Amino acid sequence: MYDVLIIGCGITGAAAAFQLSKYQLKVGILERENDVALGTTKANSAILHAGYDPKPGTLMAKLNVRGVELARELCGQLDVPYHNCGSLVLAFSEEERPAVEELYRRGTANGVPGLRLLTGDEARALEPNLSEKVVAALYAPSAAICSPWEYCLALAETAVKNGVELHLSTAVTGLEQTVGGWTVRTSKGEFQSRFVLNAAGVDAAIVHDLAAPHAFDIHPSRGQYYLLDKSEGGRVSRVIFQCPSKAGKGVLVAPTVHGNLIVGPDAERVEGNDTATTGDGLRFVRETARKSVPSVNFRESIRNFAGVRASTDREDFILEESAPGFIDLAGICSPGLSAAPAIGEYAAELLQKAGLALERKDDFVCERRRTRFKELSPQERGALVEREPAFGRVICRCETVTEGEILEALHGPIPPCSVDGVKRRVNAGMGRCQGGFCGPRVVDILARELHKSPGEIVQDQAGSWLLDRETKTPPEGGMSHV
Amino acid sequence: MYDLIVIGGGPAGLAAACAAWEGGLRSILIVERDKELGGILNQCIHNGFGLHYFKEELTGPEYAGRFVKLLGETGVEVRLDTMVLEVTGDRQVHMVGKSTGYRVEEAQSIVLAMGCRERTRGAIAIPGTRPAGVFTAGAAQRYVNMEGWMPGKRVVILGSGDIGLIMARRMTLEGAKVLACVEVMPYSGGLNRNIVQCLHDYDIPLYLSHTVTDIRGKDRVEQVVVSEVDEGRNPIPGTEMVFDCDTLLLSVGLIPENELTRQAGIVIDRRTNGAVVYENMETSLPGVFACGNVCHVHDLVDFVTAESQKAGAAAAAYVRGGGETVQGRVLEVKNGDGVTYTVPQHVRPHRVDKLCGLFFRVNRVCGDSEILVTSGDTQIARFKREHLAPGEMEHIDLPRALLDRAEGELTVSIREVEQ
Amino acid sequence: MKELICIVCPKGCHLKVDEEKGFAVTGNACPRGAEYGKLELTNPTRVVTSTVRCEGGAYPRCPVKTDRAVPKGKIFEVMAALEGITLSAPVAVGQVVLENVCGTGANVVATREFLFLERKRNQKEL
Repeated sequence: MYDVLIIGCGITGAAAAFQLSKYQLKVGILERENDVALGTTKANSAILHAGYDPKPGTLMAKLNVRGVELARELCGQLDVPYHNCGSLVLAFSEEERPAVEELYRRGTANGVPGLRLLTGDEARALEPNLSEKVVAALYAPSAAICSPWEYCLALAETAVKNGVELHLSTAVTGLEQTVGGWTVRTSKGEFQSRFVLNAAGVDAAIVHDLAAPHAFDIHPSRGQYYLLDKSEGGRVSRVIFQCPSKAGKGVLVAPTVHGNLIVGPDAERVEGNDTATTGDGLRFVRETARKSVPSVNFRESIRNFAGVRASTDREDFILEESAPGFIDLAGICSPGLSAAPAIGEYAAELLQKAGLALERKDDFVCERRRTRFKELSPQERGALVEREPAFGRVICRCETVTEGEILEALHGPIPPCSVDGVKRRVNAGMGRCQGGFCGPRVVDILARELHKSPGEIVQDQAGSWLLDRETKTPPEGGMSHV
Repeated sequence: MYDLIVIGGGPAGLAAACAAWEGGLRSILIVERDKELGGILNQCIHNGFGLHYFKEELTGPEYAGRFVKLLGETGVEVRLDTMVLEVTGDRQVHMVGKSTGYRVEEAQSIVLAMGCRERTRGAIAIPGTRPAGVFTAGAAQRYVNMEGWMPGKRVVILGSGDIGLIMARRMTLEGAKVLACVEVMPYSGGLNRNIVQCLHDYDIPLYLSHTVTDIRGKDRVEQVVVSEVDEGRNPIPGTEMVFDCDTLLLSVGLIPENELTRQAGIVIDRRTNGAVVYENMETSLPGVFACGNVCHVHDLVDFVTAESQKAGAAAAAYVRGGGETVQGRVLEVKNGDGVTYTVPQHVRPHRVDKLCGLFFRVNRVCGDSEILVTSGDTQIARFKREHLAPGEMEHIDLPRALLDRAEGELTVSIREVEQ
Repeated sequence: MKELICIVCPKGCHLKVDEEKGFAVTGNACPRGAEYGKLELTNPTRVVTSTVRCEGGAYPRCPVKTDRAVPKGKIFEVMAALEGITLSAPVAVGQVVLENVCGTGANVVATREFLFLERKRNQKEL
């Protein structure tokens, strides 16, 4: 019997697990994919918003501001790439000026620190590549960028290190209220828990409906992006927004913590988890982004992707006990990543209100470190390779990732089982050649370490097979991939 | 301190090291990131290499093997499984290897021979889902030819560069069904012989002026959509063809691998994506040379060899001369009509012995043509060709005497002869 | 008159072969082109390059080729003949893998060297 079962291990589920792992509780996470962070968490703008967008008084406003404040310390403790770069919201005409001023007022009401209204020239002094047409801007120094999947991974790993049980490839199929709790039916059998947290992202409404009367709809909103080469990474130093509209915060241009430039997203209602990119969507992103930063060079594109935001018919996060002991953490669209650790705290409060006793652990460890060969000095590199020769074998040349780092990840609290799982943990394959060089080498290492045939190694989620069959029949007869 | 460090042990690095040894250098180090020498040739198991240089038709591994053997007869030191991480302006080379650790070596001269990498899906922004099953042709080639694994059963190939064509045949021979080869340009990017012996021989259709406009499938590629494009390379609505396949191979161009070059502060040519070089393959950093695909993408390894021997010999001359450079006139080589790039980009006539070789590519397919070399208003040389195509690198030799007549710049252009 | 693209070398000459004049070839830049043009219309041949299994070397496949061109119609037969063969390192360049493959008179030979290197294969041996 678990005290709490969390459905879904995106950033929200991971943040809740992290928070609950501080207490003397038996906590489990049920994740249907073969890895954490495979939904919205891995495909978004990677921004920790300052908190001037949400309407004052909403949970979004409160948890956004609290979340970015927590992230500052948390990312340091858990070794998550984080850069407090600040953000600008641009007005391109006098008509847009009031919108920027309104954001300033909201931000001030929400308690966002350090907000300033800038003239066009002041904005261009900060960001020389901004359009000449910018007449005013809101500057928010507390906005930051991070690695969203590593953030999620770090929270989940820390939770696991503190006793949380993570069940991957475990899809929830049914929920049934029992005396004193819930029975959760899954693809891997039944689980019993006193409390259930629904952090199922885009599918949170489906999970909700398994436990309680229909209460909300999720309208997946797809956003498409460009990721540009590091040669474009210095085009801007801060997150550059345009004035928000009903559809969202609009197309932004921002540096990433990995040194690239991210451009996007558009916003389009789609059915289900449709993360395809489209020619029209990408064109819209290019054209809109050039309005802010005309010189962005899209020929330096290294990847396009799309993510789906879990927008709902309500204008706030849905954080509530919807059935006895069943708590929704739903509708976590932007600023969900920013708010995540605060959502985790809030989830713990909701559980407490619902009758769960929270008693602190004495031995909670809030620490995580991983080796980043690329960031070491020559002396440190030398010492490391001498100690462990696997750090001398560079697997990903674009990002300078060594075999030692991959082995370290494979022996970590949540080992990867796919090529992209390795990428999310150590950055191999994230660079300009997009795994062209390191892909076969990563497959080789995974096969060796997991004692599998290369034919069993997947690119990412289950079913994303890479290799079909071996060439040339062996002397003793047929051999084919599973 | 080495006389010469060669970065990369593929065909360019091997030829440069051998030539430098012949040029009298005795302290030479080749640094190779893979576990063996030969570079990409090891996975190019098809034949057609060496016709110019060895006057016989060899496979890639055989061609590499010949040079590895030649190298074995010299005293050149080789460090395998070692990645160069940085080259500094004062010719320090930072490298790391499993068995050798992290080392910083100094050299009097350096040859950059890192080769190139393949353009990816992201570089050309193909819309659609992002399932497994989209491979660069070179990555697929490595799986099939070296690791012995087939990446799929039903294949569409985007791009008609030579690697794509070669892989169309290779996948077919190994039992896959290659449904189509799709090329966005109105002409193929590969050699004619490969169109014949890789596509025609196996009845694989080639769709010119077409491109992939959608990739479908959640976990693994299930379909690709191919559309015709107009002159501006924009897809024409209504021309979509849907192919049921599990694999999309990309052969959409090669990019010289110049991260180390840029880091070292060496001037890069935006057109070649390689270092700007002089007639002897010296870069803007004295004593640092570049050759092979890191300098500009070649079609034929034989030309890589010739160019790299030039670089190796020049490095030897540089070291023998104590790093002294004789100052003199520099001619800038400019791209005239129909020419997309030239290598070298700068020529120092006083450094040319007898002939100055010049590689270039054209921007369109031409029939009977003249290659004109002018300086200001003066035409200093004219060459005839029956056929010119962007997919085929051109080569001319300019005699020293002609260079001496040039002033300030040389312009290479093409002119199609009216029939 | 038949038009062909010569595949003997990368130049890719555009050949014209006159079937009625004893397969006379024009458009060729070298004598090998004339030979190719005639052969292509009478008995087209190709060199086949592929791989065979190899144990104990740096990689699990060894590249091979037919040491001369074989009739085009026999290419897939030659491929089938390579199934089930396993070499053991050391392997030398030119080492005969299969003699007179499919009765073509061509030998299949190895095209690279493998030193003996008892490498633990990363893949599960079945």
